[in-house]
Amino acid sequence: MARSQATKILGSIASKLCKQKNPCLSSQSRHFAAAPSPPPAVFVDKNTRVICQGITGKNGTFHTEQAIEYGTNMVGGVTPKKGGTEHLGLPVFNTVAEAKAETKANASVIYVPPPFAAAAIMEAMEAELDLVVCITEGIPQHDMVRVKAALNSQTKTRLIGPNCPGIIKPGECKIGIMPGYIHKPGRVGIVSRSGTLTYEAVFQTTVVGLGQSTCVGIGGDPFNGTNFVDCMKKFLEDPQTEGIILIGEIGGTAEEDAAALIKESRTQKPIVAFIAGLTAPPGRRMGHAGAIVSGGKGTAQDKIKTLRDAGVTVVESPAKIGAAMLNVFKERGLVN
Amino acid sequence: MARGLMNKLGSRTISIAGKWQQQQLRRLNIHEYQGAELMGKHGINVPKGVTVSAVGEVKKAIQEVFPNEKELVVKSQILAGGRGLGTFQSGLKGGVHIVKADEVEAIAGKMLGQILVTKQTGPQGKVVSKVYLCEKLSLANEMYFAITLDRTTAGPIIIACKKGGTSIEDLAEKFPDMIIKVPIDVFKGITDEDAAKVVDGLAPKLADRNDSIEQVKKLYKLFCECDCTMLEINPIAETSDGQLVAADAKLNFDDNAAFRQKEIFALRDSSQEDPREVAAAKADLNYIGLHGEIGCMVNGAGLAMATMDIIKLHGGTPANFLDVGGNASEGQVVEAFKILTSDDKVKAILVNIFGGIMKCDVIASGIVNAAKHVQLKVPVVVRLEGTNVDQGKRILKESGMALITAEDLDDAAEKAVKASSTAGVNNQSVANCRRDFSEFQTNKLKARLVDIQR
Repeated sequence: MARSQATKILGSIASKLCKQKNPCLSSQSRHFAAAPSPPPAVFVDKNTRVICQGITGKNGTFHTEQAIEYGTNMVGGVTPKKGGTEHLGLPVFNTVAEAKAETKANASVIYVPPPFAAAAIMEAMEAELDLVVCITEGIPQHDMVRVKAALNSQTKTRLIGPNCPGIIKPGECKIGIMPGYIHKPGRVGIVSRSGTLTYEAVFQTTVVGLGQSTCVGIGGDPFNGTNFVDCMKKFLEDPQTEGIILIGEIGGTAEEDAAALIKESRTQKPIVAFIAGLTAPPGRRMGHAGAIVSGGKGTAQDKIKTLRDAGVTVVESPAKIGAAMLNVFKERGLVN
Repeated sequence: MARGLMNKLGSRTISIAGKWQQQQLRRLNIHEYQGAELMGKHGINVPKGVTVSAVGEVKKAIQEVFPNEKELVVKSQILAGGRGLGTFQSGLKGGVHIVKADEVEAIAGKMLGQILVTKQTGPQGKVVSKVYLCEKLSLANEMYFAITLDRTTAGPIIIACKKGGTSIEDLAEKFPDMIIKVPIDVFKGITDEDAAKVVDGLAPKLADRNDSIEQVKKLYKLFCECDCTMLEINPIAETSDGQLVAADAKLNFDDNAAFRQKEIFALRDSSQEDPREVAAAKADLNYIGLHGEIGCMVNGAGLAMATMDIIKLHGGTPANFLDVGGNASEGQVVEAFKILTSDDKVKAILVNIFGGIMKCDVIASGIVNAAKHVQLKVPVVVRLEGTNVDQGKRILKESGMALITAEDLDDAAEKAVKASSTAGVNNQSVANCRRDFSEFQTNKLKARLVDIQR
């Protein structure tokens, strides 16, 4: 019953979105007020203003506290029926649209349970936020397929996730569940399907002194908002990102698509990759809905070969990611 | 109005918040007879059939359902493919037999309660608790039909081919134009035009075109309503009297939808699953049993896979994949330990936690607690990093437990392999791991065609 209601809501929001005109065509007007800050190089920076959908829940509360402690620009939260109250010193609103109007937020992080998370994403899309980061794991695929179709029909909002650890620009903005202290502002961009495996790469690059420019967790679901190619494009153009680490997994073709982009770009930036699941037995779902290997497609070996052909340094041990990046930096004369 | 409904859903969020965390159920696979029943309920033509769980039920079943049949198909019900070419441990060859009506009881008696080994069950085979008695159809034409969710078109896609059967994969390679793909707009749903394209792709010779179009629409409806991730009918066939029939079907259901598909998930048959995995599912742990010697407990699927990879790199053999996830409670950690230590092959346990949502102190308390409930006969290597790491390390130190602590992934894997090998090399488990790996390289699933879309 709730499902058919949710389906109707998803449908009605989606059809509204499809009717919206392309925002790029809206008229330009001159303002002599303070010029808006330039858009972030890789989705977030110190100017990003973030609200939390699901702020009063257990996860929402814990991670908003951590975000505030880290220095993220948290400006409010959304929990239906709790609008008008305060939580962790932030104003709580009933809807994303209200929150955006009051706080001028341009990003949202979602800690909403799976039955309602897709609707939460759609709500943020309808409110035209620049960025939505959905941490929730366990959203039904049929729901995400609708979200994805709606996302594809507009250009204003970017979704990262679901089932992802989030995105962090060390020292500036932390949206998600990653432990802040392991990060260090620096030179390497990291994009990953995994959560905790990303922390390994972060820790290693911090330890070898390179630090990170931006780390994006795209998540492990088969239907998600942002993939390797989207992040790669930003990293290739970002001057702060001098090296790129890609962490992939068995299943799907996201890594192969990234390899094609890398080859085409002819970039000189060092790129290191690790693909998890080389030793996974086939046909078994290893936690991520997207990581199913069947009959030869989406195997780790295929991905490793394709990436190597594109000039990427692929390491076979997850403990050697940081060391490998430092090596390539040394080879290219980027460190003393 | 939409806002009011959203608010209503939102308030339920607060009360259900505790329950939603327990959604990590295993992938759902159902028996052929259950799939047939489900399809029948949705108005899809399926061969007439009845299940029996005991030899004594056969006579009555035949009298009631097949009074006039001369021959019947007797099919072992196990959750694995390759039944036709499988062998029973008792010696009987073949899990599917076509016999005369008066021979059904005898053959069913040789199947029920016996273990059937096929290419997909592994050498230990699976027990046949039920057999499915089906009408023997005279099939004029066998075609292929499947629906899945496609990443490229971000929506459902229907795949049809006018030649079905077991060689569908070779066909797909040699004659790709014979495979018709019809993406469906997820908001519009299946249109008559879409369904007609599918039927043209199937190119049935006898079946009524309009009836076939309706069957396709009903299959799509089932796919959506039941949260299927895949629905494959191979073969979908025509009977000599012009009916389109789903002669065999494989249905996969989205684990994430369990909360709203209670009836379907109640069909789960635990007798077909690894008992360790059944125990893990009860505790809402994401666990897959393998055959090695190092039990693993990790948070995060990617890190868990990488941990298995690095164990292998150091010459060890992982006994399992286990992702405790981000919201594991102390109780779940205790359960995880019980499962790992109940595995006789496990010679050492590696706990590798990089806490994000998962807090190191929760894991540490869980480990200490587990040691009280469970006889820890094997060495335990613990590597903690991330949220609340200092508290976690302190809890372990103060417990006085004899644990081996490790600093990073390499260190952890090395110590775990060393700990497991000083316990004595188990040649059988090394052979098992080699077999896992060669299965990995040569195993092919029949649903691969559908995965071309993935």
